[in-house]
Amino acid sequence: MPSNTAPRISLPQILAYIAMGIVVILVGLPLIWMLFASFKLTDEIYRMPGTFFPEHPTLINYPAAWNAVPFGRYFANSLITTFAATASKMSLAMLCAYALVYTKAPKWLKDGAFLLIVAALMVPGQVVIVPNYVTMSMLHWADSYQGIILPNAATAFGTFLLRQYCLGLPYEVVEAAEIDGASHWQRLWLVIMPMAQPALVTVGLFAVVSEWNDFLWPLIITNTNEMRTLPIGLYRLYQTEGLQSWGIIMAGTVFVVAPIVLLFVRSQKFIIEGIAAGAVRG
Amino acid sequence: MNRRQIPLLRESLTLVGFVILNIALICAFTFYPLIQGIQLSLYQWDFISPFKIFVGARNYVRMFSDRTFWQIMRNTFVFTFSTVSLTVLSAFGLALLLSLPLRGRELTRGVVFLPTLLSGAAIALVFNYILDDRYGMLTQFLHLFKIKSPSFYTDPFWAMVGIVVTMVWKQAGYGAVILIAGLQGIDHTLYEAAAIDGAGRRARLWYITIPSLAPMLLFVVVTGILGAFQSFDIIKVMTNGGPVNATNVLVYNLYERGFVNFEAGPAGVLTVVIFVIMLVLTILQLQVGARNNAV
Repeated sequence: MPSNTAPRISLPQILAYIAMGIVVILVGLPLIWMLFASFKLTDEIYRMPGTFFPEHPTLINYPAAWNAVPFGRYFANSLITTFAATASKMSLAMLCAYALVYTKAPKWLKDGAFLLIVAALMVPGQVVIVPNYVTMSMLHWADSYQGIILPNAATAFGTFLLRQYCLGLPYEVVEAAEIDGASHWQRLWLVIMPMAQPALVTVGLFAVVSEWNDFLWPLIITNTNEMRTLPIGLYRLYQTEGLQSWGIIMAGTVFVVAPIVLLFVRSQKFIIEGIAAGAVRG
Repeated sequence: MNRRQIPLLRESLTLVGFVILNIALICAFTFYPLIQGIQLSLYQWDFISPFKIFVGARNYVRMFSDRTFWQIMRNTFVFTFSTVSLTVLSAFGLALLLSLPLRGRELTRGVVFLPTLLSGAAIALVFNYILDDRYGMLTQFLHLFKIKSPSFYTDPFWAMVGIVVTMVWKQAGYGAVILIAGLQGIDHTLYEAAAIDGAGRRARLWYITIPSLAPMLLFVVVTGILGAFQSFDIIKVMTNGGPVNATNVLVYNLYERGFVNFEAGPAGVLTVVIFVIMLVLTILQLQVGARNNAV
């Protein structure tokens, strides 16, 4: 709202504020509906006409969802697989990008490695699920952590992004470190990593979000509750509870969505700038 | 070896050491599967039996002469086309609105972008509940006006509408963020010059904003197509490809053929079909990317 010193608001401005309000409502409403339903008792949900705000807010759906399927286990599995894949993606991408930019290996070797990375960008993840499933079963790694993690442990996209970022960094700093006798390993850790941190964080955030939400691959490769990740577990909850207990299902949905919402609130700037930068670089 | 070759060798070894793990994993789980997919498409196999039966091109012939396959292609096109056009339109509108000097626009940008980061499976459940024709939010809302909600579970047309709306809700913020960055990059003197020349609001939008934004718009369109084409979680959770294949698209069909029916051959054929389509789209995207850099 305008303070006393602000100029008077014009009609187009009022319309713009109204439009913005409508946008917030349209985008926010499904999430609010989810949250409010998770606080409602069953008979309040299955009633015509129903309510929007919970009449008698209750937390009872949360323990009910937590106990209906082994959510604790799903949480642990999601944390383990997300952490492992993200750590692996960040390290491998950083190592690879550094080598492609700063080693003085012959050009054909560097170009060849880079070409492989660019070619991998063209192969979308959903295409390779059937053959990868066959590979994993042959190795007897179906329904295991390595089965879930390994196909997502490397990243062509992250390598590409970091390489482009490194190319934009001042080369003289690395040269100076080389003259001072720093090894490649030292140059990577002490010089490049601190400078490439924004891009590295972006790669990490993308990895966290995509691993946490991944659905198709864990759906296929896991078949016991010991190994299922959160989105698959949530789907199990839905299959068990059916359309009969939306309150419990919405509480389960909150379990899956809340960590990413918190992550976003903390790192909104990084994520949005990363997206925009990725687009500008093509 | 002479003196010059030793550092060169050492540098090469460093390069190989640093890239080997990344590239080995990419080869094992990205390139090798493509070859393996082509191979699977030539066999009849159930994933379990120790023997694969070589059938040559028969899987392809059967697939391409199957009417269901062409219905699935059509569904994929309808789903992708409606999702992308609605997403791009919403993203463009959002970007124009959220580039205006309004209080709270940063917060609104955040709110609009948030859905793209959330689990598709979770969002699909929320929309399943919203569109539930017995007690969902839409039914409750329409009830106020004594209108009956269409059935998003049993009506083929409305089932498609349901997944498209969910996709647009989830993806519009991504395009909006990119287009906002694009709008910020437009040279403001262009608008000032146009204003001096007496160009109206619409003329400025049509002759400055849209042409300057063209590379970004194309990028949003192509990434939107790739995203919609690959979407699985929303369809799996909301419709399971039904009712009667009305929302069965290529990627869902790949899953169904492979992991519900255990037909490795047809799944291999679909792997190849999807890859070829994606390859064409990606080459398009790279050209867009090249144009982006050129502009």
